[in-house]
Formats: sequence, C-alpha cells, structure tokens
Amino acid sequence: MKSRKKRLTEVYVWELPVRIYHWVNALCIVILCITGFIIADPPAILNASEAYFSYWFGVVRFIHFVAAFVFFFNFVFRLYWGFVGNRFARWTNFIPLKKSQWQEVLEVIKVDILMIKNKPVESIGHNALASLIYFGTFWAFLLQSITGFGLYAKMSQSVFPQLFAWTIPLMGGDLMARQIHHFLMWFFILFAIVHVYLVFYHDYIEQRGETSSIIGGWKFIEEDIADKEEITETAEAITKIAKKND
Amino acid sequence: MENKRPTVYEECRQKGISRRDFLKFCTTMAALMGLESSGVAQVVNALETKPRLPVIWLHLQECTCCTESFIRAAHPIVATLLLDKISLDYTETLMAAAGEQAEAAKEETMKKYYGEYLLMIEGSIPTKDEGYCCVGGKSALQITEEAAKGAKAIIAWGNCACAGCVQAANPNPTGAKAIHKVIKGKPIINVQGCPPIADVMAGVIIYMLTFERMPQLDGLGRPKMFYSRRVHDSCYRRANFDAGLFVESFDDENAKHGYCLYKVGCKGPSTYNSCGIIKWNEGTSYPIQSGHPCLGCSEENFWDNSPFYKRMPDVHGFGIEATADQIGLALGTATAAGIAVHAVATNIRKKKLIDNEEPESTSNI
Repeated sequence: MKSRKKRLTEVYVWELPVRIYHWVNALCIVILCITGFIIADPPAILNASEAYFSYWFGVVRFIHFVAAFVFFFNFVFRLYWGFVGNRFARWTNFIPLKKSQWQEVLEVIKVDILMIKNKPVESIGHNALASLIYFGTFWAFLLQSITGFGLYAKMSQSVFPQLFAWTIPLMGGDLMARQIHHFLMWFFILFAIVHVYLVFYHDYIEQRGETSSIIGGWKFIEEDIADKEEITETAEAITKIAKKND
Repeated sequence: MENKRPTVYEECRQKGISRRDFLKFCTTMAALMGLESSGVAQVVNALETKPRLPVIWLHLQECTCCTESFIRAAHPIVATLLLDKISLDYTETLMAAAGEQAEAAKEETMKKYYGEYLLMIEGSIPTKDEGYCCVGGKSALQITEEAAKGAKAIIAWGNCACAGCVQAANPNPTGAKAIHKVIKGKPIINVQGCPPIADVMAGVIIYMLTFERMPQLDGLGRPKMFYSRRVHDSCYRRANFDAGLFVESFDDENAKHGYCLYKVGCKGPSTYNSCGIIKWNEGTSYPIQSGHPCLGCSEENFWDNSPFYKRMPDVHGFGIEATADQIGLALGTATAAGIAVHAVATNIRKKKLIDNEEPESTSNI
C-alpha cells in the first residue's frame, strides 16, 4: 500500500454560497456559450415549413437571455459576498494592493509556469496569480454583461437592460458591441479550459483535495501552514477588536 | 418683399397645389414623424404661418446619392414642396446658377439670414490634405467652417457626413471625417443611411420647421423618430428568424421561400433605420424585401464591418483576414497544446514536486 507521510488537517475554505455561486456560474457559462454559438451561426435546417409552425430559434435566444440574467445577478451576489464572506472569499484577495501579493504572483509563475522552482506556494485559498486572473475575469464578466444587455435593451421593455443601452454608442454601434461580445465568449472558453486543467494540476502536485473542495468546501492543508494561517487570522481579529475599542 | 418671406403654404397656392393636397402632405409628414392626430394641425399651422426656411446645401466628399434620394420622395408634393419651398438657396446639383453666381447666392444667404439658415451637408471632410476636396477655390473644411458659423443647425445627410462612409473606410486615404467630428458647438442632426430614405429627410426638415427645435436624437446623433427601431424588429421576415428558418445561399430553396437573411450577412439585427416601415421609392420595396441582406448603411463603419454577405465581420490588422471564431479556435488549439506540454513537463519533474511518498511497505503484511 502506498501512503504519504504528510500531516494534514482540514480547513473549511469555500463556504456554501461561494460553492453555489461557482456552479451556477459554470452552468450559466456553458449554457451561454452553447446558445451563443447557435445564435451566432444557427444550424442549417432545410425544410419547407412555414414560420408559423416553429419558434426554436426564439427559444434558444430566450434561454440565452434568461441564463444571462442569472449569470449577471449571480455575479452581483458574488461581489456582495466579497465583502461579507470568509477570508478566502474577501475582495482583498482579488485586487493585488499589497506587495506580498505581487511577490506571490511571481512565485506562482516560477513554480507553475516557468517550472524553475519546485516548492508549491503555501496559500490556502486562491493563490495570488489565480486571484489576479479572477479579478480579470470579473472585468470580463462586466464587459460581457454590458455588451450583452446593451444589445438586449432594444428588444426589451423592461427597465434593467435599458441601464446598459448608453454604452452601445460608445462602442460605435450594435455591430461592434456584438463583435466584442463574441470575442469575449472565446475568453471564457479559454479560461475554462485552463481553469479545469490547473485544478487537476494543483490537485495532483499539492495533494490538498483541490477538485473536491469546490463541492464539499474543505481542503486538506499541511498542519504547519494551517497553524500559521490561524495565528495570522487570530492576530487580525485582535487588532480589529482593538481598533474598535479605540 | 425683402423681409417678408412667403410661407410654404402661400408658395404652394402660387404653384397651383390645392389645399386638399397640401393637407394630405401635412398628414403624411405628421404620420411619418409619429405624431398624434392633433400634431397634424401643428404641421399645417407651421407651414401656413412660418416663413420658409433658408437652406444652404453643401456637397463635399460624396456621391450625391443623398440628393438623388431626396428628389425621389414618396409623396409627389414632398419633392416639389421641399425643392421649391424650403428655398434651397444654394445647392450645386440643383440650382440654376453656376460658378461665381452660385457662390454669390451662398454668400448672400449667409449674410442675410445669419443665425437663421439651416446648413445641410452631404459628404465628409478630408483632413489629411484639405486639397482633396475643393469647391470654388476653397477647401471643404473652409467652406464648412464658414457656413457653419451662422447656421441655426446643421443637418448631416447620409453616412458620409455622419460617419465618413466609404471614404473613411480603412485605410481612409484622405483622412475623411464626419461633420460632427470637425464642427463643434453647433447642433448637428445625423440623418444616417447611404443614402437616407427620402421621406426621412423630408420628415426631419418639416419637423425643424414645425417645432423650431431639434428632434430627439439617439446616442449616435440620429433623430429617434426614424432611427429608434432596428431593421430586424420591423422586418417582415422576422418570423422566419424566430422559427430558425434561414437562407443558406442566395440560390437555394430557402431563398425562394423568403426565409430570413441572417446567415447570408444581414445586418438588420444591428442596424437602426426605418427601411422596414417607410420603405423606398414610394414605399415600393426595400433591400430585404427584394431578397438582399441589409448592409447596415445607417451605422458607423459599415464598410469596415464587411464582408457584407457573412454574419461575422472579419478582423483586420493580423495580416490575414479572420473572424472571431477562427482566432478563438486558433487560441484554443494553442492553449490545448500548451496544456499538453505542461502536463508532460509536470510528470517529468513529478519526483521533485511530489517527493513525500513513503516507500511501499511490505513488511507489515
């Protein structure tokens, strides 16, 4: 029997709302990409029926629009959770304002991409590079929502999409917005490919149960790293209370 | 009679147009503008009481298709009325005077009606070298700036004046620019299209005359009453779009059935114009009705968003022409290849990354 001599402890990393957000988001992206491709280039159906009898293309578009609404408000919820969630979900993870975050980005590049260092990065939640990329994806989410709802505004009577309508003239009209929307979809696809691969990769080399953590929320973390994290967490909590008392 | 200009109605009567025809015309115009029925009276009142508008119509870098369209307005009276009655004081194509006389007429209008006249411009302005477009020894830029100074408002006719049209298409050799990019500080109405629909042109003028204010404009400066709806949403083939029935090529069975032209490059879904409602040539037809996809001629950069007969525009600037999907697929393949290499490399250095395995123990069995 093979076994490893690591001493591991379990850490609750991804809270339930974060996990729900993740899977809703993933599902939306899959649906939006598939319906998006169909909308961009509908399959050829050579039948001689009257338009009166079917509405399938309208249905595909309807699914796309519904998924878009879910996607957007799911995203808004995640932004909110960035302010109230646990330390791994906090917005401060995603915006590299501290020098230490940039150092970790370099570190991750050295280990994972350049492969010139072998010791994996210690961070428990997202590593700094991943966080930075997610910060980028949030912008992509936003731009995709703006172009999407901007284009949708003209077909809708409801107020919400109209909030985005003003952005279309800035892009020079619908066609440009459509083009941006289409290009960004490819960003989502590329992101998904790399994202899934890296999850497997990290699971493989770090042995922390990365893949299952987004289902159950728990990660296996080396005891010493988890202890260190707990100490900083407690220290932070104490300073917070101290500040409040001042 | 220098200060008292005749009203449009007075001139109509002089020309022998009956009151009945005059009222018909007013009703048509009100309907085009989307006014409620009480609006008809306002149009009638305006044309009866207000003096005709002095107009200077400039031709810059253009093909005169806007003028050609204009004189083919649906209502026969529109053409006569507008051409005779709004007093086109200066327009090279249609005026009787030529040369020095013509220029003198323009100078006079500019002086006499300073701050009152409407400036209508057909065509773009070359900015790379002003000499690319000169009329009467003056460059397009000079002419426009001079005329714009005393204009009450500027109406930019057609895609040239609104967005540069074909002259401004990549690589834009003359540095052609739209009027609103060159002239600042004047109200400018972009009456888009290549050319705009004649009745739309007439409608904008009558609106200005009736209400003496700018019509509501959209984000790209187009009057909302004519450009607020997508060609797609007012298209009679729309049901085929929703049913997923598309023309695959111009000679197929689907084309004969009159299915949606989406897949052969119709830009209707991203184009704002009244083609589907007002139509062309006395309401006879419009491109989609005759089986041709919309080119999107009332949108900016419609030439660069080519090819006309494909859904997705090509992306320029890569040396080769490619669509978003081709670029995306190439990047996707590159990513997959990168991942494969990375996975192999990871397994090569596996021992270094994962070196904490206990040796397989057989002793305790």
